[in-house]
Amino acid sequence: MREFWIIFKQAFTSKAKAKSFTITTVIMVAAIFLLANISKIIDTVQDVTGTGKSENLLQVVDTSGILIDRLQAEFATGDEDIVLEPADETETILHEKVSTGEIDSFLTLSIDEQGIIHANYTTMSMMDFFLPMRIQDALQSIQTEMKAEELSLTGTQLQTLFTPIQFEQKNVSPSAKSEEELGQARVLVYILMFVIYLAVIMYSSMIAMDVANEKSSRVMEILISSVSPVKHMFAKVLGIGLLGIVQIIIYGVAGYIALKTSATEVPGGMSDFFSMKDVSISTLVYAAVFFLLGYFLYATLAALLGSLVSRAEDVQQMIMPMSMLIVIAFIISATGLSNPELGYVTYASFFPFFTPLVMFLRVGMLDLPMWEPLLSIAITLLTIIILGWFGARVYRGGVLMYGPSRSLKDIKKAIQLGKE
Amino acid sequence: MSLQLENVTKRFGTFTAVNQLNLTVEKGSMYGFLGANGAGKTTTFRMILGLLNANEGHITWNDKTISYATSPEIGYLPEERGLYPKMKVDEQLVFLGELRGMNKAEAKKAIDYWLDRFEVSQNKNKKVEELSKGNQQKIQVIAALMHDPKLLILDEPFSGLDPVNVEMLKKAIIDFRNNGATILFSSHRMDHVEELCEQLSIIHHGKQIVSGSLRDVKRSFGRQNVRIRSDHDLHALDNIHGVLSVSHSVEGAIFQIEEEKVANDLLAAALQAGPIRHFEIEEPSLQDIFIAKVGKEYA
Repeated sequence: MREFWIIFKQAFTSKAKAKSFTITTVIMVAAIFLLANISKIIDTVQDVTGTGKSENLLQVVDTSGILIDRLQAEFATGDEDIVLEPADETETILHEKVSTGEIDSFLTLSIDEQGIIHANYTTMSMMDFFLPMRIQDALQSIQTEMKAEELSLTGTQLQTLFTPIQFEQKNVSPSAKSEEELGQARVLVYILMFVIYLAVIMYSSMIAMDVANEKSSRVMEILISSVSPVKHMFAKVLGIGLLGIVQIIIYGVAGYIALKTSATEVPGGMSDFFSMKDVSISTLVYAAVFFLLGYFLYATLAALLGSLVSRAEDVQQMIMPMSMLIVIAFIISATGLSNPELGYVTYASFFPFFTPLVMFLRVGMLDLPMWEPLLSIAITLLTIIILGWFGARVYRGGVLMYGPSRSLKDIKKAIQLGKE
Repeated sequence: MSLQLENVTKRFGTFTAVNQLNLTVEKGSMYGFLGANGAGKTTTFRMILGLLNANEGHITWNDKTISYATSPEIGYLPEERGLYPKMKVDEQLVFLGELRGMNKAEAKKAIDYWLDRFEVSQNKNKKVEELSKGNQQKIQVIAALMHDPKLLILDEPFSGLDPVNVEMLKKAIIDFRNNGATILFSSHRMDHVEELCEQLSIIHHGKQIVSGSLRDVKRSFGRQNVRIRSDHDLHALDNIHGVLSVSHSVEGAIFQIEEEKVANDLLAAALQAGPIRHFEIEEPSLQDIFIAKVGKEYA
């Protein structure tokens, strides 16, 4: 047991003390604070550089003669600073100016004999969709008003015509949460799912890399002459696991502080969305449980695979199938985010390699009966134990194996060598 | 206090890496383990350390099987040197020392002593990858010696060291032997084995082709060299019975002879030709024996 703790301590401290670890952690924490305060930062920048809202000057060719003023009046009621200017040139010249980039866009307006407004917006930019949308909306209400005048309807009569119906959705499925709850859960579940996904993929490949490095630098031979390969493997997995937990706790605390401090400054908007009082404790607990399960499952697999290669360069290739599994799990849960009750999501949540992400999605989004998450946790735990036992056998031989090993076929060879 | 290997055989599939190996290393002695590349030396060491299990035979250390419980008594210098390139020298040595059962304070004391003895104290806080190859080698040796092991297994301990450092390391190993450690080492350098080892084995393709004390090995090899310097013509001696080969030079000639008494005949014949300036019976060097034994199989 003594050796176990020495390896455990070494796996943890050598990584935690490394400059790269400190730098990534600091950058991540800085990024979290930056994101949490992004609206405040934008406001500050705008205060410094002026209003920040630039005037949009739009050339208009108006053949009807009345639309331009009504459109300008319509814009004036909104927030937009769009200034319409009657064009001096003809449509052809304006068209040319747009193609050469001299002006961004122009608008032509006309009314036909039936009183229908025709508008033509000409632009070079593919990204220009906000302004045309606004113009269309404004013209639509102008046309409605014009038609109402034609039919001699009063304002109130017009309003009653457009009164929306009262529609409410109610889901009687026992596992469903209310729409409001779901909306809140979705953001939190998505964030935590992403954290689990990133953490599992990052720390497990860190293990594979570490094991391969110990092999390629040949320090492995010294290590396993004083501690059994099995102990070495589990000490490593636990040591780096602790590192992961510490790092995530740092990020979690940073995120909490960042949101708390920014929330007091900016009421409304995103910070309300994330406000901590809405966070369900059970979701957080499940996130922790599924992170740990996912980590140990994939870390054991990664250690096994890492023990098969002799050079650090081959690690990525070797752990490719494993990375694919995590990616598939993430895709399933990402698609299930909008509809967590889909059949394939339910089935996938019981497949141990998908459980950490998919079952977490389901417990986060649905009111599941207790046995479902417990069953999936039990299945995953069992898989971890089997994989640990199997991994230890491969590892025992794998660490002694040198040469061009790049395929999963070497697992058989490693087990053989481990027995001998 | 001895290391014993009895009829040890190791097979990988159909390939026999080590075949019926026997050797005994007594307490306070050094055993030389010679063999060409791929002869089965590293496999044998791995079996002694318990990293591999023998298919047949027994390996015991003080009549006990070697296991992880005995690892604090063992010092191992692997042929392929291995240290963490990114770790600092002292942190690394503390870690490896702790793995061999030392506590932190003991480890630090031992590290200071050995770094000083090997004249590399200035590298204590450097990363291993920053050191020269020879200095890395010294750190590796310290990792094998620092916990004062009773059984030392050294795979090619002198490779990569300059002559000054070879002497430094030899002295350290001799100190260990004088303090009663049991030492088994492999080398390609016959002169080192000749200088240090009381007992030796030459293995070839997993088979032990020569074993015993250095003197017995040399005696049983039979062939000796006789060097005679004379101003007179020695060609008449070429046909004396028992002379295997001869090489003449301006100063005289060197005769390879079958057995020791042929030397007397040579001396008598040489004196008949005229007065001689030099007469010497040379023992065969280990190098000659190794090449004759191992090289023969290649031929």
